[in-house]
Amino acid sequence: MKYVDEYRDPAQVKALLEEIGKAVTRPWTLMEICGGQTHAFLHHGLDDMLPGGIELVHGPGCPVCVTPLEQIDRALVIAARPDVIFTSYGDMLRVPGSTVDLFTVRAKGGDVRVVYSPLDALKIAKANPDKQVVFFAIGFETTAPPNAMAVLQAQKQNITNFSVLVSHVCVPPAMEAILNSKHNRVQAYLAAGHVCAVMGYHEYPPIAEKYKVPIVVTGFEPVDLLRGVLAAVKQLEAGKAEVENAYERIVTLEGNIPAQKVVNTVFQSVDRKWRGIGMIPLSGLGLRPEFASFDAETRFSVGKIVTQESPLCIAGEILQGLKKPPQCSVFGKECTPSSPIGAPMVSAEGACSAYYRYHREEVGT
Amino acid sequence: MNNDIDFEGYTCPIPIKPKDTVVLGHGSGGKLSHDLINRLFLPEFGKAAPRALDDSAIVNINGQRLALTTDSHVVSPLFFPGGDIGRLAICGTVNDLAMVGAKPIALTCGFVIEEGLSFEILQRVVQSMRDSAAEAGVYIAAGDTKVVQKGSADKLFINTAGIGFVESDVNISGANAQVDDVVIISGTLGDHGIAVMSAREGLNFETDLQSDVAPLNHLIAAMMNAGEIHVLRDPTRGGLATTLNEIAIQSNLTIELQETALPVKPQVHAACEMLGFDPLYVANEGKLVAFVKPENAENILLAMRQTKYGEGAAIIGKVIKTNSPQVRLRTAIGGTRLIDMLPGEMLPRIC
Repeated sequence: MKYVDEYRDPAQVKALLEEIGKAVTRPWTLMEICGGQTHAFLHHGLDDMLPGGIELVHGPGCPVCVTPLEQIDRALVIAARPDVIFTSYGDMLRVPGSTVDLFTVRAKGGDVRVVYSPLDALKIAKANPDKQVVFFAIGFETTAPPNAMAVLQAQKQNITNFSVLVSHVCVPPAMEAILNSKHNRVQAYLAAGHVCAVMGYHEYPPIAEKYKVPIVVTGFEPVDLLRGVLAAVKQLEAGKAEVENAYERIVTLEGNIPAQKVVNTVFQSVDRKWRGIGMIPLSGLGLRPEFASFDAETRFSVGKIVTQESPLCIAGEILQGLKKPPQCSVFGKECTPSSPIGAPMVSAEGACSAYYRYHREEVGT
Repeated sequence: MNNDIDFEGYTCPIPIKPKDTVVLGHGSGGKLSHDLINRLFLPEFGKAAPRALDDSAIVNINGQRLALTTDSHVVSPLFFPGGDIGRLAICGTVNDLAMVGAKPIALTCGFVIEEGLSFEILQRVVQSMRDSAAEAGVYIAAGDTKVVQKGSADKLFINTAGIGFVESDVNISGANAQVDDVVIISGTLGDHGIAVMSAREGLNFETDLQSDVAPLNHLIAAMMNAGEIHVLRDPTRGGLATTLNEIAIQSNLTIELQETALPVKPQVHAACEMLGFDPLYVANEGKLVAFVKPENAENILLAMRQTKYGEGAAIIGKVIKTNSPQVRLRTAIGGTRLIDMLPGEMLPRIC
């Protein structure tokens, strides 16, 4: 398949691995930001093929994983209402809240529907004027533009039975939060290529400079990933800490400006809790006051719901790269993809789920 | 959901308890389905037939071995590219019989119809059943009809049950895989699942892809003539990944696949890349996977390729000895990963 196969070419992969092997003279710890990258490393068995000195730790870039528990509990309360059609991206349905998940709400009669685009949720709202249609607007800078577009369209078309439960998060503040942690082990970042496709990478030079870490914009196919690793390793070996784009076929410095405009029209920076990490100041996107009428949190009065995580789940340490999934006491035992305790076990992009699927033999389960 | 839960200030100090409700994932053919069978059905019904977990049971009546199976069919939409619920209902049961090496003989069919269904639709479904049964060489021996109130069912559900003869020397079961066995697939993966998905509302992609739904008994007859077969299975819901995991567990062996050998149509590959699915988990309705001795593999493969539904047959892996049953994949770029069962419902990913 064009645009895929050429970036999974075994000969190129081999050549890049050899080049990385030659470049490495001592151990380095790299973090891939995006869950899609974690998934790809493990899906292709690439992590085991890297030279021994390179350790990958898996970043917080799984939108399903970092959506805070209380936001999921709010979703569950709204979805259970008889007057509501609750719409969501598919993999949010399996994320456990404090007691149940959206699947269970659906099984007990809640009208919960998977949509592929928030604009489909808007269509459902138009077709069901007697119902309240709520879209679970989660994700990073990648999903923010379509979600913002849905709100703009709802406003333009005066669709008043549509609202969004917003839990958007942004990557750069989380990168800084990880580097600020006293336990930080990350020496270089493989930045999330698709986030950069939207946002560009002009936000990164101050971070690279302040924390002295190389940041390499990296894609998702084996050849893309290895090019990112190679660039990061070369910088580390040379004592450099620069921002570099190894995903030039998709990403430009300034990013997708029309998409950024839509996001900035509808959303503004807000403080946001990250599941497993905690509050990160100005790390999220919330609706601007002029769009407050589309806020499901106020429409259904769920803003006061506050919750706490299971103490067994070490998602926070996993998402900050401090521990790997097999080091968790419940990994593969009480916590599996069909009965997840923590969010990283839920999504295909979650680090625990990726380890469970592809590397379970390491923990002997 | 319980309305009596006080969400304000509610905390969850312990893991979520096992679900107390049937969810769609329990019918996905994956891990949740297995849990339901193993924890609820088998303890109550007992292991009545010794091979209750194969596609068909084999019962002995006066020295005659009969294969017996049943399957209920629910699909939305009722008509999809390459097939319909009627063809699915006939082929599903014919194939379940054929997968234990039986020659399918007769089927029963039970219709659950939602009031309001047009005769025209029902007639088209029934004609499709007639044609598929004729193709498979089985007859429909008995039937039943129930009509339920509008809203109590989704248009039309069909149950079929079937019986077939099993020759005395035939021994095909998911428990019979052996070390060094060669794994053969009869054609491309995921055609049915993606074809049905493309016909569903809300998914705006168009494809010329057709479902592979087909009766496989003639293909299997040709294979059995060509050499000894240890295992046969049709990788339906849950896909090839789930089926191979079942076989690995039943036979207590490791199965190793070669990613580069897996036949996948470009349309299926593209749809899976877009939606975040893996063709290994997408349903097939006209494919089988066979485990055979290496010395018989070439003969059986040739025989398969001469049949209508085995033209694309390919060797995709082998059985190796290990300490724990598992399925592994050698990736195209030379890495290795584990292949697990489908955990629950197949979900498109967010981005």
